[in-house]
Amino acid sequence: MNHDTPRGRRRARPSPVALAAGTVVVACFALAVFGPVLAPHAEGTIVSRNIFAPMSAAFPLGTDYLGRDMLSRVLYGARFTIGVALPATLLASGTGTLLGMLAAVRGRTLDAVLSRAMDTLISLPTLIFSLVVVAALGSSITVLVLTAAVIYTPGSYRIARSVAVDLSATDFVKAARARGEGGLAIMLGEILPNMVMPVLTDFGLRFVFIVLLLSSLSFLGLGIQPPYSDWGGMVRENIEGLSAGAPAVIVPAVAIAILTVSVNLLIDNLPGRGSRHRGA
Amino acid sequence: MAHDAGVSGSHWHVEVTDLLVTAQGPAGTPTPIVRDLSFGIARGEVLALIGESGSGKTTAGLSLLGYARPGCRIAGGCVRVGTTDVLALRRSQLADFRGANVSYIAQSAAAAFNPAQRLLSQVIEPALIHRLMPRREAEEKARELFRALALPDPVRIGERYPHQVSGGQLQRVMAAMALITDPELVVLDEPSTALDVTTQVEVLRAFKRVVRDLRTTALYISHDLAVVAQIADRIVVMHDGAAQETGTTGTILDDAQHPYTRSLLAAAAPRGVPETTDPPMPPLLEVTNLTAGYGHRRALIPVLHGVSFTIAPGRVLGVIGESGCGKSTLARVVAGLLPQASGQVLLDGQSLPARVEERTRDHLRAVQIVFQSADTALNPARRIGPILARPLRFYHGMRGITARRRVAELLDMVRLPRAVADRFPDELSGGQKQRINLARALAAEPRLLLCDEVTSALDTVVGAAVLDLLAELRRELGLAMMFISHDLSTVRAICDDIMILYAGQRVELGSRAALRQLPRHPYTDLLLSSVPQLRPGWLDEVGSVHLREASGEPSLDDGVRPCAFFRRCALRIEGVCDRATPPLRHLSKGGMILCHRDEAELSRVEACETVDLASDAPTIHGCE
Repeated sequence: MNHDTPRGRRRARPSPVALAAGTVVVACFALAVFGPVLAPHAEGTIVSRNIFAPMSAAFPLGTDYLGRDMLSRVLYGARFTIGVALPATLLASGTGTLLGMLAAVRGRTLDAVLSRAMDTLISLPTLIFSLVVVAALGSSITVLVLTAAVIYTPGSYRIARSVAVDLSATDFVKAARARGEGGLAIMLGEILPNMVMPVLTDFGLRFVFIVLLLSSLSFLGLGIQPPYSDWGGMVRENIEGLSAGAPAVIVPAVAIAILTVSVNLLIDNLPGRGSRHRGA
Repeated sequence: MAHDAGVSGSHWHVEVTDLLVTAQGPAGTPTPIVRDLSFGIARGEVLALIGESGSGKTTAGLSLLGYARPGCRIAGGCVRVGTTDVLALRRSQLADFRGANVSYIAQSAAAAFNPAQRLLSQVIEPALIHRLMPRREAEEKARELFRALALPDPVRIGERYPHQVSGGQLQRVMAAMALITDPELVVLDEPSTALDVTTQVEVLRAFKRVVRDLRTTALYISHDLAVVAQIADRIVVMHDGAAQETGTTGTILDDAQHPYTRSLLAAAAPRGVPETTDPPMPPLLEVTNLTAGYGHRRALIPVLHGVSFTIAPGRVLGVIGESGCGKSTLARVVAGLLPQASGQVLLDGQSLPARVEERTRDHLRAVQIVFQSADTALNPARRIGPILARPLRFYHGMRGITARRRVAELLDMVRLPRAVADRFPDELSGGQKQRINLARALAAEPRLLLCDEVTSALDTVVGAAVLDLLAELRRELGLAMMFISHDLSTVRAICDDIMILYAGQRVELGSRAALRQLPRHPYTDLLLSSVPQLRPGWLDEVGSVHLREASGEPSLDDGVRPCAFFRRCALRIEGVCDRATPPLRHLSKGGMILCHRDEAELSRVEACETVDLASDAPTIHGCE
């Protein structure tokens, strides 16, 4: 009596791209933890008289503008780049998503207040805002993380809110409301599971932005303070070697590119439901 | 490969032979979605392709334009229109061919028009693109077509924008666009499906006249046998991508051979449940003088005006009306999703709070709503098991193994395999999703089920199965229902009482038996006579009552609510119906209507046409 036929089930299998990107991301995170152990030299030690040395057996990635070993510096730098950018992105994306959902579910007043507050934040020029905060509070990891998070929360909020507003108008949310579910149950049970993909995609973008923001701050002398340096800072401090074709300026730039590209490739190719590359 | 064997020696004007269309399957292998399809259309003939969604009828229709949708490929066979071998045409030749030689009328005219351009300029576009005639001549021809399609004010309607005409009018304007190039073939893809019945009649009549007068060769794609019966000369029944049966309209309707055709015919005229006369009981749901609408409290745009009705335990009330009449709003108010502006909703004689947040869990549990579109009513990110388990936990505190066992019972109840619990909604078909939607409401163990157009998005056969299920559940569980639909035959199949809404007013309320008898409210009469019947020639017999054009706006003085149906009513009294609130009349047949005409007057006029609502094959008897 039932004329319906179900469509075949899709097996969620990670694509080769996702696997490769995932491996690189995991490797980068491993460097952030174990980098100092693997590094042949201490990060601040000047080991060579040759500045901007090319790649060699002794210094596989060359030396920087002071004659320090670039391999060691890149290994150490992962700590700062990932250690600041990751928590900052998590904070920005998490806060933005949560507030965006609240604004969509909890009615007009809260939505208006939150949205205008976020608009105000967006209207502040990013660098000037960071300059003021870091100048006032001094540069520390905590201050950098919080500053970056505050700057990038409004963007996440905007994305999350628009997705959540669409979702809260769907019949399944209406059905949940008619059942008598509270706002929190609707947010977590009905809306959030459908937001995973856009939020993750946004997370990848924010992560890149925050890595770049940190580099800018380092260049202005407000980021990670010497002798420590994150990857962005290394590009800046070795910029004079560019004309000499020194690996010291290229290597950290490549490291940033590898990290940010593989984070985004991983997210775009995540297997499973809601993935952009699914079905149809 | 070019087949020109068929070009000569065949009497068909349009011929399709051994058509094969494939789609990219999940594993990358091509899966046939249309196979071994052959048919011919003689010059000036209307051939209908009929079948359920997914039967490949649209795919087959599009192949006549040499088009396959993205992901599909015309993999074999031959399509000939006139002397053209369509599948042998190159891309640039196809562009010249489409629109000029074959045109297409889509289901949703609203989606097919550019909202930023005037109608006339869009209608003449095909003629200009193909350089068939100068602009002035094309405009003149468009106006002629507007006149032939019975559009109001044919000279000036072209100056309007798409949103300024009604859905039925827009569909006819689209027909004008398709016909302006005098194509050799017109493909009509469900052109009246999205329209209300009363509008559908007008559109069908206009189509039929134009097709007959211009001797157009047409392919009419539809899932509705009754509609096809009015307009087609021959019918091809499709199922699973292949033709099951081909024959003249009369043969298919009276003497169907293929079992699938018979099941389609059976589903088109659902059996009614036996009428029951329960002893009068105190009502389960009582709605009094309900007014509700959208917008702010001070600037409310009302959708429902003073609607009252009751539903006794275990009884089913059908609510019918065209789109925009306030049916769904009514369900939302009863469910507490939309607080009413005034009036009361009583459950067991106790007033229900207007807002869902203020209702107790028992109130909520007792009244469950089933939404129209199962596609959007189920959370796509969750599996069926958790979707069904949520109300179990919410209302009954069931968890773990108890909940899982109950989910399995619920799946049994809606006749689905238990393994469905591990699936995601988008892995189910439309009918299966609607059953899950129903099971979720049943999980609460409600006493009143609000069914909002639960079968309208489904195919006839699947919809009929869901209706049977509802009737069964009602018997087994003693559920009361408010069954909202725009489709009379569905309502007839399941309801004890029927309420008819027009523009938010309850124009008639009575038992199913009472509605079968005269007199009726003029709108009820129009509605009943507009339902297409499985009988060729029905369309030509329908009274001229439909062609009454709207006249002036009713006046809106304070406190006066003139008859909403005034502008379309065949029996209106100018100066009365548009000025005064119509009185509520209790009729001797039982039931009540809202009308200025009294019972005797209505009986006299309506006696001219009789619609038998209850019988399986309703008939209209003309006046003498």
